[in-house]
Amino acid sequence: MHELSIAQGIVDIIRQYVPAEQTADVRLVKIRVGPLAGVVPDSLDFCFGAIVNDTPLSTARLDIEEVLLQSQCGGCGEVFTVEGAFFLCPRCGSSEVKVISGTELQVVEIELSDRQAGTA
Amino acid sequence: MKVITIERKVLEKNDEIARQNRVLLEQHGILALNLVSSPGAGKTSIVERTLEHLGKDLKVGVIEGDVQTDFDAQRVARYKVPVIQIVTNGGCHLEARLVQDALSQMDLRGLDILIIENVGNLVCPANYDLGEAMKVVVLSTTEGDDKPLKYPSMFRNASVLLINKIDLLPYLNCNLAALKSNALQINPHLQVFETSCTTTSGIAEWCGWLKDRGARRS
Repeated sequence: MHELSIAQGIVDIIRQYVPAEQTADVRLVKIRVGPLAGVVPDSLDFCFGAIVNDTPLSTARLDIEEVLLQSQCGGCGEVFTVEGAFFLCPRCGSSEVKVISGTELQVVEIELSDRQAGTA
Repeated sequence: MKVITIERKVLEKNDEIARQNRVLLEQHGILALNLVSSPGAGKTSIVERTLEHLGKDLKVGVIEGDVQTDFDAQRVARYKVPVIQIVTNGGCHLEARLVQDALSQMDLRGLDILIIENVGNLVCPANYDLGEAMKVVVLSTTEGDDKPLKYPSMFRNASVLLINKIDLLPYLNCNLAALKSNALQINPHLQVFETSCTTTSGIAEWCGWLKDRGARRS
């Protein structure tokens, strides 16, 4: 539901890193999203397309990497993938587990195409 | 092809403003709660019962988040407490900047507790830090006992669960033991209270717990 403001946040970050005269060269923006980030990748993709439409970023595409929800047990140290929101250690049964990945919502990198002569 | 490596959080601007809010609130010795739930779970009623119960002992301020109206702020204003309404105009969650604006309009001196009532939504508010000391999630018995499993992010990030409308249990298929077990499976550190804003059952327990944490440190 809030993917539009997330997409706007991504555009703001692109603008910080890419000089205005090169925004039309942005081809791919790599995003990392975890299951606990509260973001639906398809929806984010759609919203990003809607925001950049008719702007110099209109040819930019998102490449969304979905990372697994992983936890580490505070008791035995086991690292495991959390399935179905079961935050229980599969080895010792402890519920004292720490999320070590799965909350990510990051811009990883931006790819720009080489500028062709005559384009601005 | 040129690649620019960034590795930055999309919400970092929000997180930075939330950090500033947290510093400001801590400087004033204010315990700030981010009250979240689905629409209609009873957040505003919880605010009202809490004000009735704690109003004599502690000074409580309220920030009301709403998509469209100021109905909730009107309800809260009857209790003669400082209240600021934020209307998001369709936005599905509060953001740290909106809370920062509200804080700038509120006299924070002498406040013990600030209750920030978020927009009714169990998804989006989970990921926007407002600068609160803790998230308090309200889940009403009419919503069903499986909700913690459907919205793990919210329950994982919360410190307190208020199971509200407990008086309606005899008329519902909601299994209270299953609800609690589902919530604690997501987050074993949740402090759980069973409340009814109609009978006021459980309100004293919740407010007693809150008072212990919100009383000004001398």
